[in-house]
Amino acid sequence: MKDLSMDQITNQYYDVLQELGNIGAGNATTALAQMIGCKVDMSVPQVRFLEFHELGAIVGGDDQIMVGIYLQVEGDIEGSMMFIFSKKTAAHLVNKLMGGMLGIDESNAEEYEFGEMECSAVKELGNIVTGAYLNALAGLTNLKIYPSIPQLGIDMAGALLSVPAVEFGVLGDNILLIQTNFSDDVELDGYFILIPDMTSYEKILTSLGVL
Amino acid sequence: MGEVIKVGMADFKTCRGDDAVTTLGLGSCVGIAIRDPATGIGGLAHIMLPDSTEIKNNTNRPKFADTGIEDMVTELVRMGANRSRLVAKIAGGAQMFAFGSKSDMIRVGERNAMASKKKLAELRIPLLAEDTGDTYGRTVIFYPKTGDFIIKAVGRSEKTI
Repeated sequence: MKDLSMDQITNQYYDVLQELGNIGAGNATTALAQMIGCKVDMSVPQVRFLEFHELGAIVGGDDQIMVGIYLQVEGDIEGSMMFIFSKKTAAHLVNKLMGGMLGIDESNAEEYEFGEMECSAVKELGNIVTGAYLNALAGLTNLKIYPSIPQLGIDMAGALLSVPAVEFGVLGDNILLIQTNFSDDVELDGYFILIPDMTSYEKILTSLGVL
Repeated sequence: MGEVIKVGMADFKTCRGDDAVTTLGLGSCVGIAIRDPATGIGGLAHIMLPDSTEIKNNTNRPKFADTGIEDMVTELVRMGANRSRLVAKIAGGAQMFAFGSKSDMIRVGERNAMASKKKLAELRIPLLAEDTGDTYGRTVIFYPKTGDFIIKAVGRSEKTI
């Protein structure tokens, strides 16, 4: 185990990680539905193990403006997590959260300028969604997982993704991305990136009985 | 107009003539543009981490500031650039999220910029200009023929250094 790199572990335990992602994303989607008060459908999450240069293209281009929620994880496992989605999705969700008060629809979601209130709403949304994801993971593995207060970033996809990529970069040459498509009346796209450090990886796999 | 060649994360690309090299959405990574003004041969490296010697898993040389710059310079010289004429400009190294704890990992942008400058100094390549730090992402385009290094960011006006 000690000599295995992150890349080797991920290849070997791909199915387990996919299942973890499935359960986490499922829980997160439920939380999202409760929060915005409408039905949210979720496609089966796709787990991808990507090289760094492929990352931007997957989420719709490196210079695509996205909203990223980033937080640190402490407790039995250490690392960080990012939930990233398009600005359009964010505008749509915030509008839903405010009961349609902002008057955002298909036509103006892309250009909508986020003020302090909108940012705060997105942050809270990210808090709930990532919290639900990590709760599912904690329940499944019986490990204590404490998330930090989430940080919000609105910027180019490449710039936001460089933060988790750097953390993966310390461990190996690939990054593990879990893509979830959810939809209510419009198509929403969200991506989860969970970055446990090496020892946490071992702990997760051990607690699931696969190591 | 020439071709614009894309440089991905943990990679470098070189070009000459009217061609340009670009990298989209630099966050905590640093883009290092180096050229030989006389021949117009130049390149852009997109590094993610400061130091290959700090990390066990370091076979991916373009990922690190030290080995990435070294390899790109070797390639430029192989293409016909004169090593003693090389000049550099850098951009990026932002801190995308503000966290108090885990300072080393979070300050990676700043460390990337510092490590890039250190390596350039070591190779005696003068740093003509830089646009580093702060908290926003940058898209950069480098024209080795003219030396123009164009920087774009969300909600900010474009600048050339």
